[in-house]
Amino acid sequence: MNRTLPAARAALRGSGAALRRLLVLTAVVPAELLLLVVVLGSFVLWFGLGIFFLFPATTRLARTAAGLARACAGRWSGVPVPPPYLPRPGLERTLHGWFWTGHDYQRHRWFASVSRTIRWLWKDPATWRDVLWVVLNPVVGGAIAATPPLLLAGGLYTLASTPTHALAHLLAGTALPLPGPGPVPAALLALALGLALTAAGPALAGPALRLHGRWTRALLGPTERSRLARRVEQLTETRLDVTEAQAAELRRIERDLHDGAQARLVAVSLRLGAVAALIDRDPDRARSVVTEAQENVAQALQELRDLVRGIHPPVLAERGLAEGLRALALDVPLRVEVRAELPGRAESPVESAVYYAVSEALTNAVKHAGARHAAVDLVHVDGLLRAEVTDDGRGGADPGRGTGLLGIQRRLAAFDGTLTLISPPGGPTRLTMELPCALSSPRTSTS
Amino acid sequence: MRVVLAEDLYLLRDGLSLLLTAHGHEIVAAVGSGPELAAALAEHRPDIAVVDVRLPPTFTDEGLQVALAARRARPGLPVLVLSQHVEQLYARELIADGAGAVGYLLKDRVSHAGQFMDALRTVASGGTVMDPQVITRLLARNADDRPLALLTPREREVLAMMAEGRSNAAIAQRLHFSEGAVSKHTSSIFAKLGLGASDDDNRRVLAVLAYLDGTRSA
Repeated sequence: MNRTLPAARAALRGSGAALRRLLVLTAVVPAELLLLVVVLGSFVLWFGLGIFFLFPATTRLARTAAGLARACAGRWSGVPVPPPYLPRPGLERTLHGWFWTGHDYQRHRWFASVSRTIRWLWKDPATWRDVLWVVLNPVVGGAIAATPPLLLAGGLYTLASTPTHALAHLLAGTALPLPGPGPVPAALLALALGLALTAAGPALAGPALRLHGRWTRALLGPTERSRLARRVEQLTETRLDVTEAQAAELRRIERDLHDGAQARLVAVSLRLGAVAALIDRDPDRARSVVTEAQENVAQALQELRDLVRGIHPPVLAERGLAEGLRALALDVPLRVEVRAELPGRAESPVESAVYYAVSEALTNAVKHAGARHAAVDLVHVDGLLRAEVTDDGRGGADPGRGTGLLGIQRRLAAFDGTLTLISPPGGPTRLTMELPCALSSPRTSTS
Repeated sequence: MRVVLAEDLYLLRDGLSLLLTAHGHEIVAAVGSGPELAAALAEHRPDIAVVDVRLPPTFTDEGLQVALAARRARPGLPVLVLSQHVEQLYARELIADGAGAVGYLLKDRVSHAGQFMDALRTVASGGTVMDPQVITRLLARNADDRPLALLTPREREVLAMMAEGRSNAAIAQRLHFSEGAVSKHTSSIFAKLGLGASDDDNRRVLAVLAYLDGTRSA
């Protein structure tokens, strides 16, 4: 009893909310009919009179409405519907100043732009599915949305009107216009029907709302083709990011070598030249120059070591991610607890990406959050590698500020990885990275 | 001393052989891979093994793994590990068995032949030698911990040298102190860190590293 009562109350509240949402969806049907008239009217104008710029305008209008319907399906019905549209193609300018629309050449930018836009919208199947939705939704969507409220209203009406009807007929001495053997059983039957309808309305509200969401997804969701187009776009973007990051990394390495080890070796060579000149005349001076040369070599080696550590940390290379993170934890000025057990090794680029992401997170914990403790958790479950960095710093990290987090995000995106940051002011900060990846069986050791 | 040498780069292996022979040691085996090293250690039972961390066939930490396995089979087998990089993780694994007779140095250190030979002798006689870089990084990351913060800069310097495996006499010579002054410093350090004083080099290093290690999980 104690447990069922709150549950029943919650269920009632849930169906109340669903009913309200269905009422809203029903109430917008007139607006949808208006949209239908506008869209079909513009098509008539376009095909009939050739007012071609109406097409993009009404398509945009339909897209806006479809966007709202998608948002409703996601928020109210719990059916997320990603937009299915093909990406807008670019306008290429030729050497001669003409514009290539992907279909023909245009002299003027405006014409080229309109031509390209129309072709883009015309060729996208999602445009026509939008139109289909505009035509069908007032009927189908409206019917789905209106049914439970209508059932409830009918039930309530029956419940309210049956006693008064029965009373009026009894007083007038006439028979009830109800089926059944006599006036009283007929009234009871009507009451039962009213109760059933009243119960059915709220009970069907939730399923109807979900059905409405699925109906929306059926017409407005992405098709396989648009999903692939989006994927290609996303891959192009991350590939560009990776290429840029790689180029920047190479520039940094080149600069470090040029200003560091290379310069030191030049100095060594100069000193050795000096030694060759001095060795007979001034052996003491020659000896001290040799010492200097040795120091130069030591510095060059140190710089090369630091460089290598920056490119591919030794423990990561030698033992993989879990041990690499343990070694990293020993090197940061922070107490870090590492809980990492992997049954095998991930691909080397994945290992690197996660390693540097964790490294950046720990650096942030020290530099910006002023943390004293941190924890790194690494697990591989269901083909998903998840790394979580938690610190006890002051929190309030904003992914929009600074380039560090953005860099991590880009780096992970190249592997379809995601980054989630939870950092309320006052801490604690929790950074979660997830990457789909397979693990290879561990390398057999000869020891 | 009879030395087994494992280093995959021919130039370095040759150079090290030359250096060790020139200082009167005997190279009983100079090998270039992990399995060969394991076989040589079992066959020759050397006085000391000088081992590169990264060896073929895997080019991972093969040398270290073979050395650790050999020490499990024969506790206290003196091993001097050389590497292009020093890692605290590996340093901890080397000293973890508490048997001493281990060294962990950057390859660069061989260019100072005198120091390298000192390290070789220390390890062969059961001492522990850690590269100054291990110590510097240990001290740097633990600088905020309270007991370490109590140390004066001079005491930190002495602590670092102790951890490198130097005797009081060597520290005195290096810092231009009297030996008495150094032992005053060391007892002050032990007192501040709450460690019982000991003259044994090896135990001193272990104590220092154990202390620094302990501050992590504390």
